[in-house]
Amino acid sequence: MTPYEHHEYDVVIIGAGGAGLRAAIEAKARGLRVAVVTKSLLGKAHTVMAEGGMAAAMGNVQSEDNWMVHFRDTMRGGKMLNNYRMAELHAKEAPDRVYELEQWGALFDRTAEGKILQRDFGGHRYARLAHVGDRTGLELIRTLQQKVVSMGIDVFMECKVLRLVRDADGRIAGCVAYWRPTGEIVTFAAASVIVATGGVGRSWKFTTNSWESTGDGHAMALWAGAQLIDMECIQFHPTGMVWPLSVRGLLVTEAVRGDGGVLRNSEGQRFMFNYVADMFRAETADTEEEADRWYDDHDAGRRPPELLPRDEVARAINTEVKAGRGTPHGGVFLDIASRRSAEFIRRRLPSMYHQFMELAGVDITREPMEIGPTCHYIMGGVKVDAETEATRVPGLYAAGEVAAGLHGANRLGGNSLSDLVVFGRRAGIAAAEYAASSTGPRTLDDASVEEAVAEALAPFERTEGENPYDIQRDLQEMMQANVGIIRNAAEIDDALEKLQGFCDRVRRIKVTGGRAYNPGWNLATDLPSMITVSRTTALGARDRHESRGGHTREDFPTADPEYATFNLAHSAPGGRWDGDYLTERSALLEIPDELRALLEEAK
Amino acid sequence: MSEVTMRIWRGDASGGDFESFTLEQNEGEVVLDVIHRIQASAAPDLACRWNCKAGKCGSCSAEINGKPRLMCMTRIDQLPEGPVTVTPMKAFPVIRDLVTDVSFNFAMAERVPAFLPPPMPADGFRMFQVDVERGQEFRKCIECFMCQDVCHVIRDHEDSKTHYAGPRFFIRYAELEMHPLDTNDRREFIREEMGLGYCNITKCCTEVCPEHIKITDNAIIPLKERVVDAHYDPIAWLGRKITRRVKRSSDAAAVQPAP
Repeated sequence: MTPYEHHEYDVVIIGAGGAGLRAAIEAKARGLRVAVVTKSLLGKAHTVMAEGGMAAAMGNVQSEDNWMVHFRDTMRGGKMLNNYRMAELHAKEAPDRVYELEQWGALFDRTAEGKILQRDFGGHRYARLAHVGDRTGLELIRTLQQKVVSMGIDVFMECKVLRLVRDADGRIAGCVAYWRPTGEIVTFAAASVIVATGGVGRSWKFTTNSWESTGDGHAMALWAGAQLIDMECIQFHPTGMVWPLSVRGLLVTEAVRGDGGVLRNSEGQRFMFNYVADMFRAETADTEEEADRWYDDHDAGRRPPELLPRDEVARAINTEVKAGRGTPHGGVFLDIASRRSAEFIRRRLPSMYHQFMELAGVDITREPMEIGPTCHYIMGGVKVDAETEATRVPGLYAAGEVAAGLHGANRLGGNSLSDLVVFGRRAGIAAAEYAASSTGPRTLDDASVEEAVAEALAPFERTEGENPYDIQRDLQEMMQANVGIIRNAAEIDDALEKLQGFCDRVRRIKVTGGRAYNPGWNLATDLPSMITVSRTTALGARDRHESRGGHTREDFPTADPEYATFNLAHSAPGGRWDGDYLTERSALLEIPDELRALLEEAK
Repeated sequence: MSEVTMRIWRGDASGGDFESFTLEQNEGEVVLDVIHRIQASAAPDLACRWNCKAGKCGSCSAEINGKPRLMCMTRIDQLPEGPVTVTPMKAFPVIRDLVTDVSFNFAMAERVPAFLPPPMPADGFRMFQVDVERGQEFRKCIECFMCQDVCHVIRDHEDSKTHYAGPRFFIRYAELEMHPLDTNDRREFIREEMGLGYCNITKCCTEVCPEHIKITDNAIIPLKERVVDAHYDPIAWLGRKITRRVKRSSDAAAVQPAP
């Protein structure tokens, strides 16, 4: 036995965002011993940043909506790289998950008849996003948090998991973590572990993501034997703030466009009309007049091109700026001031109003915003079974942004919050059933624990070495430049070579100060995960010789049908972050004919 | 390019002192940006909490020039000229530097008797915008705990923490009390166990709320009225004497199976 503080549970959930909390509720409801381990305080997870809403085909605003249309929209938005079964389950189950939140105390905005109001969003054919103003993620996290607290679930806050540990049979046995306030090591034994750690955006310079999004779960699952797929598919959200520099990348919700905001270049042109791909032409307006009619009456015109899926809009903005039609700070204009009343804007978009007023000194009821693409979301992640969210490692599950499949090559706005609760719940059920049925106590392998602890503490031992912040900054700049929104072979190969250099630098980190609440040390423990994510993203980007969704290659500018038949799957045979990775093709699930028929309907 | 001097309190539960850092000032920067630049250069072990850097998560609360503020929403160029003083929230024990132990708030959250709705009709609940808006105002709360920090009942009286919930939880109770679906009656509990009477409506909490929630006017005062109404209602008083009925606890609410 190791000398550290130790806890035993049936199910340990890493991450306290929407997916982790929803999984915990489900596992606890089955009478198991459940712990949630989070590196932040409860209620601060990145889920709070989600603004626009939660997609669910309830048909409260447009009764024509149903799960089949939602399924179709999700698959088309994902450029058919999705796990169709996840897209099907998600579309079918999302409405129940929204109603369930209401039973737990959530207060969504209402229709005139008192039903849950739904708003329009990019890529969704009908008004589909249940929402609360522009703070839907906060409502989701608070509702789940309050449910978790009322159920008496153990939450380990500011406790950062360093590594997963398996037993002699290769099953998951638990994990090693450290308490941020004290720096002391703590171990957890558990039959099932669910990683629900969110995203990876911190490896890029301009991102909507917080310090937490370092891909810990992606990396730990890979090291423990799971596979990562679609890592090249990164969503650059079209509308991030571009000025002041200190807030560059901060999210501007898509709801601005859903509620009537339009994109213009420096010449005042609504340029999105020039970027409608054939796939979306039939359902997109041809003229400004038609698009504007749609806002008032969805049957009187087709959808405005500003509401195309995010990958389409982000690429268009990128092209406009490169062509010299950008704003003074290198973005384009997002204008709602000239199109909606000040009262409407303040009521519908209160946090955007405050964000621009307080951080940029811009009154969005009077002036246009300057916006540009920003790293927002990773579609790729841990490869899981659609029904259970199980990985190929017995006892290991993944749900939420860290898992892959639902969104294919590009995620539609609003599909993330529903993803969290649909698949968080499913992971909670499966992990609980596995824990209840599996035999034998889990014993953490002492050597694995000691190796993880030694690696974490090594930066204190060195008398000289690198500042982890320097490495992080250089990594972010390199990934932004080489594996950003538009990619090519030379830059990706250069990135892969440089990432080897980053591995060397991380092995030389020296941290100063003590172990208690030391952010420099915490960053040193994040960097192996950030490098793992960067390496798999670069490998996927290198091998996908086409452009699809959140992966754009200037040397392969179009989609290639052959590449729509497989995902690129990465594994780490030696289990080391700095060891060799294996990248192979993994065939997509065959879509049954009746679902394929839904996708091929003309409209 | 002008410069900015930051006086930052550094230390732990055993004590500490101010450390000064002078840096270039960049256009549009907030206090948290400057803290990050100090971490990246002179003091990588400078402890502070932050997550979203957009005023949505409520992690980076501190006292800036003596006033509770979110570091991510406080622009340097809007502070008075001269050094910027940053100290940890005073009402909570220091862990390290700007990080405090806010576990009091999580302990109070555990004591909230849970939301308890009636069974949902087959086609969902009906609620109207005008009715949900009252609760929505309180659900804007990002749990920065600055209202707790500034509330003198907590700030000046450490022993209050056993029997006084504080403004953050008074808006939570007000939200539940005004929730169109909730059936759980917490009024006696709020009066007896949560110390609502200790609040003497000085509105300090409302002043520091970064979400501009009218904590005193819209939550605490109406809550006081409802609690007092319930307590001094002679029929309710008689009922309490006879039955001493215990309110449905959070346990009872929590065991509802997930639908």
